[in-house]
Amino acid sequence: MTTLTAPRDTAAAPLLRRGGLVLAAIAIVFAAALLAGGRFGLMLAIGLGFGIVLEGLRFGFAGPWRAMILRRDPAGLWAQLLAIGIVTLVALPMISAGTGELTGAQAPVGFAMIAGAFIFGAAMQVVLGCGSGTLVNAGSGNAVALVALPFFAIGSFAGAYHLIWWTDLGALPIISFSGWRGVAVTLLGLAAIAALLWKLAPPEHRRLPRRLVVAAVLVAAFAILNLIVSGQPWGVVYGLGLWAAKAASAAGADLSGSAFWSAPGSLERLKSSILTDYTSLTNIGIVLGAFLVASWRVGGLSQKIPALPLQAWLAAIVAGFLLGYSSRLAFGCNVGAFFSGISTGSLHGWVWFAAAFVGSIYGIRLRSLVKLEPKP
Amino acid sequence: MTRLVTASIAVLGIAVLVALDASATPPNPYKAPPLLALGSGTAPSGGFCGALPEPAGT
Repeated sequence: MTTLTAPRDTAAAPLLRRGGLVLAAIAIVFAAALLAGGRFGLMLAIGLGFGIVLEGLRFGFAGPWRAMILRRDPAGLWAQLLAIGIVTLVALPMISAGTGELTGAQAPVGFAMIAGAFIFGAAMQVVLGCGSGTLVNAGSGNAVALVALPFFAIGSFAGAYHLIWWTDLGALPIISFSGWRGVAVTLLGLAAIAALLWKLAPPEHRRLPRRLVVAAVLVAAFAILNLIVSGQPWGVVYGLGLWAAKAASAAGADLSGSAFWSAPGSLERLKSSILTDYTSLTNIGIVLGAFLVASWRVGGLSQKIPALPLQAWLAAIVAGFLLGYSSRLAFGCNVGAFFSGISTGSLHGWVWFAAAFVGSIYGIRLRSLVKLEPKP
Repeated sequence: MTRLVTASIAVLGIAVLVALDASATPPNPYKAPPLLALGSGTAPSGGFCGALPEPAGT
């Protein structure tokens, strides 16, 4: 009797677990919609979608840049360019044709912006997690990301606190490409980079796996939905900084000394629920979506946490803080500046890409120096 | 220790964050904006990492 029912029970266990995970995800989205409003429930659902695609199809930013730098494997970077191109085709004309309901990720290029992007590129290679990657990795049980995440939030808060001082060091006016002309310029730029990667890659790496094509299309679809629902592009670091700012405010900190946090819009958002902040909702969704996928996989969460030396954990803390601080000076991370900046026509997205990529080359070397991986 | 522990800590941390925040600043669904920004006729007002703060009085 036991031998006959045991295999059936074993087979039913993942089904029950997976059914429970899906029901929990739906319940969380409905709860957010009921508590805060339909738009906010939708934004949480979009965040879940991002998390599921990023973790489920292994679409990332830091890893593919590392693969290009170390092995000249451009597949992941091509997938990023494809996703950005798809969003550009839809988002730029919509923003240009609209009546101000939708906005792009436009920001000025400046000294601090370039330095911030460089440092972000280096730090994201140290922890092997960018803005979205740190959230995905934390949700799927990566201990380094889990340690880095709260310091990422604190860094984002501190970077925003000092943002105006840094920006005053010198910045150009905002330069952006709009309408179909902007689409043409952006797609040409993306195609040129894709061609350069093709030239740099060895023949065996000149292929884009179907998994990454599907992931790029899905990430682009969720990014477009993000824009349509919230009126603004996909971002990550503002939400993290807001969490730390709210915690500081609740602990009695006086934020009036910061031009950023004492601005009317910031004050309003500090007094509002994070369930009404778009980037907070997508961030929460990304963590939960990654958790859902990791729990869905057979043995997805049974991996042991690696034993790392103290130096590595300290590096994760410092890199986490730098990720947050630098991304505010750079007007976004790989998502807000690189992905959303380029796809909505902002020059700063291109400059961010160049500076962060150079930073990544140094960050890869740093990762082994701080003992987060063995020396090559 | 496995990833189950660290992933659970991440999810629990998010849950605690939302719960503490909801108790301090409860959301009001009756003040919710229209479902979609596109077609709503209102300018976006959410915080974004690429945006500089708007000066007072604007």
